[in-house]
Amino acid sequence: MRFSFDIVKQRKKFFALSIAVTVIGIVTMLIFGLNYGVDFKAGTTLDINVGQTIEKAKAEEIISGTGVAPAVVTIGGETNNRVTARFDTVLTQDQVNKVDSSFKSQFGDKVSKEENTVDPELAKELAYKAIYAVLIASVGIIIYVSIRFEWRFAVAGIVALLHDAFIVVSLFSIFRLEVNLPFVAAILTIVGYSINDTIVIFDRIRENLRFAKVKSFDDLADLVNRSIWQVMSRSINTVITVLVAAVCLFIFGSSAIRLFSLAMIFGLVSGAYSSIFIASPLWLIMKSKTIGSSKKKAVA
Amino acid sequence: MKRILAFIGIVVIVFAAIGLTSPALLKNIKLGLDLKGGFEILYVAQPIEPGGVVTQDTLRETARSLEQRANASGVSEPEVTPEGKDRIRVRIAGVVNETEVRAILQKPAELSFRGPDGTKEMVGSDFVQGGAKVGFDQNNRPEVQIKVKDPEKFRKVTEKLTGQTLAIYLDENMLSAPRVNYPITDGNAVITGNYTYDEAKKLADTINLGALPLKLTEKYTQSVGATLGQLSLHQTVEASIIASIFIVVFMLVLYRLPGLIASISIVTFTWALLGVTYLMNATLTLPGIAAFVLSVGMAVDANIITYERIKDELRSGKSLLSSLKSGSRNSFRTIMDANITTILAAVVLYFLGTGSIQGFALTLIFSIVVSIVTNVFFSRLLLHLLIRSNIATKPGYYGVKESEINAL
Repeated sequence: MRFSFDIVKQRKKFFALSIAVTVIGIVTMLIFGLNYGVDFKAGTTLDINVGQTIEKAKAEEIISGTGVAPAVVTIGGETNNRVTARFDTVLTQDQVNKVDSSFKSQFGDKVSKEENTVDPELAKELAYKAIYAVLIASVGIIIYVSIRFEWRFAVAGIVALLHDAFIVVSLFSIFRLEVNLPFVAAILTIVGYSINDTIVIFDRIRENLRFAKVKSFDDLADLVNRSIWQVMSRSINTVITVLVAAVCLFIFGSSAIRLFSLAMIFGLVSGAYSSIFIASPLWLIMKSKTIGSSKKKAVA
Repeated sequence: MKRILAFIGIVVIVFAAIGLTSPALLKNIKLGLDLKGGFEILYVAQPIEPGGVVTQDTLRETARSLEQRANASGVSEPEVTPEGKDRIRVRIAGVVNETEVRAILQKPAELSFRGPDGTKEMVGSDFVQGGAKVGFDQNNRPEVQIKVKDPEKFRKVTEKLTGQTLAIYLDENMLSAPRVNYPITDGNAVITGNYTYDEAKKLADTINLGALPLKLTEKYTQSVGATLGQLSLHQTVEASIIASIFIVVFMLVLYRLPGLIASISIVTFTWALLGVTYLMNATLTLPGIAAFVLSVGMAVDANIITYERIKDELRSGKSLLSSLKSGSRNSFRTIMDANITTILAAVVLYFLGTGSIQGFALTLIFSIVVSIVTNVFFSRLLLHLLIRSNIATKPGYYGVKESEINAL
């Protein structure tokens, strides 16, 4: 017998933990909101690689010296050689060129820039599309899972999935990380991954149900527990491999996908957690109602 | 013995194919702007004339003339696509003088009718909006019928140029040089020539576009310097290689012999996915590479599900071969259910996303399909051959301890 611990019995603690994180997320989001990148809030972002170490004050001085609107400046890159300037207004082509050329005059022709500008109207459209995407994908998954399994699995799976998406959004709100379009892609991958992970456990529950005689809540709880533990090594090994990939991208990848990778890391951990500790116990609670009602009928 | 030879044969052939084609594949895959530098602009088109309406025809024509201008300014392979009701997306890679190209693109397309000496006699706004259409003459040959706003002006021009040509220009490109046969007084002209229907249609569309010049406003721009793009590519590929090495080592340690097969399948999977990307002529973007790396992680999942299942069956006391069979069968259903739900999310992403997000979604969809082929069928075939060859029979090779096996 392998080591096992009664996950189902402890379900209230896990539910409480998830509710607590969710509430904290809602509160921070109400107070601080999200730190939208240019994809969602109009403006211009300039990413300038100067080819050598640069200090924040120096970068700010160069930018303000060109007479453009003030920007939020961050320094990044391995050797602090990358300046990211975020402007709240849409910069004209001339203004961008001015900034670019003054960096070039200071640091030579090695300077390379990346520019992103989004119009306010379009930004709003993108934000709505992102929300629609999550909702439509959820509906599609509900339909598929309801057909292949039963609606209770679909509901439990979707709760777990929204939980994961929400936790990542909350964490980005709490740590004031920038929310941009790749972030949305990350959320959707997490949605896909989370449901993938959950389905594997559900599949095992469904399989075990075929041979089980479930008479009481305890029988069902025992079955769910057993199913979770049967696929535990798979759940852990899979999340480790995908997590390794995401962490490598985060550490060694280009800074353009750093936030994307970070969102993935948060989401993968949350996805594995919710698949094991939230989705199946939730299904159990919904399913156990059917045992209760049939029992009452039998008594009557 | 035959089976082990088949196993070795397949592995050698596959790896040889990978070795031979990979360099060419890597060189020929289309890279996105974020990886090689360039810029992408989304324009919103509005009519310059008040009260004008942007139609699909004028939008398409504007896109066509933008492409011609980009070509004329010397950039290679501009991608210009009309989007939705009033948008045009332009992608241009590796531009040296970005400002200049942008200025050229943004200028409204100018239609003019010029005399033999090059003076502009008529301009686009002299024509009735949507007034140009394709008709047929008595001999049923296509001709272009046009309408002008001011018949008096047209009469004077045609009177002056009777017997000479009145050439039609879009920007500086001459489209056609019809001859004026007689003065036209009613404002309705017909351009005949040996046109095919398509040529006539194209000319009529162009004249209509000229009659309604569209003003283009930049709504979204993304521009990536070439050095920065290459740096991103370099770093991300490096990250991918490191991640892959970690995954392979992890699989070997945890699953022994099947882990080796998983590693072979994963290498094959990566190569096949690159091949599909190339064959579909899809563009590899930065988020695309990220999706690529993640898909390697998720592809491992298919192997892990199968091997865990086989381990379970072995522990229950079944023979190796029957464990393989029931393990493969039982795990297949799980893998399909799990992957189809992920595909659903990716499909939604593809239809709602734009630009690089679409690239990401597409890579994710391909990767799942390719993953099922390589990490389920190919991997199963290899494992099958190995087990049937009877050289690796100890449960230890499959990560199962003798003590864990229950008697049946």
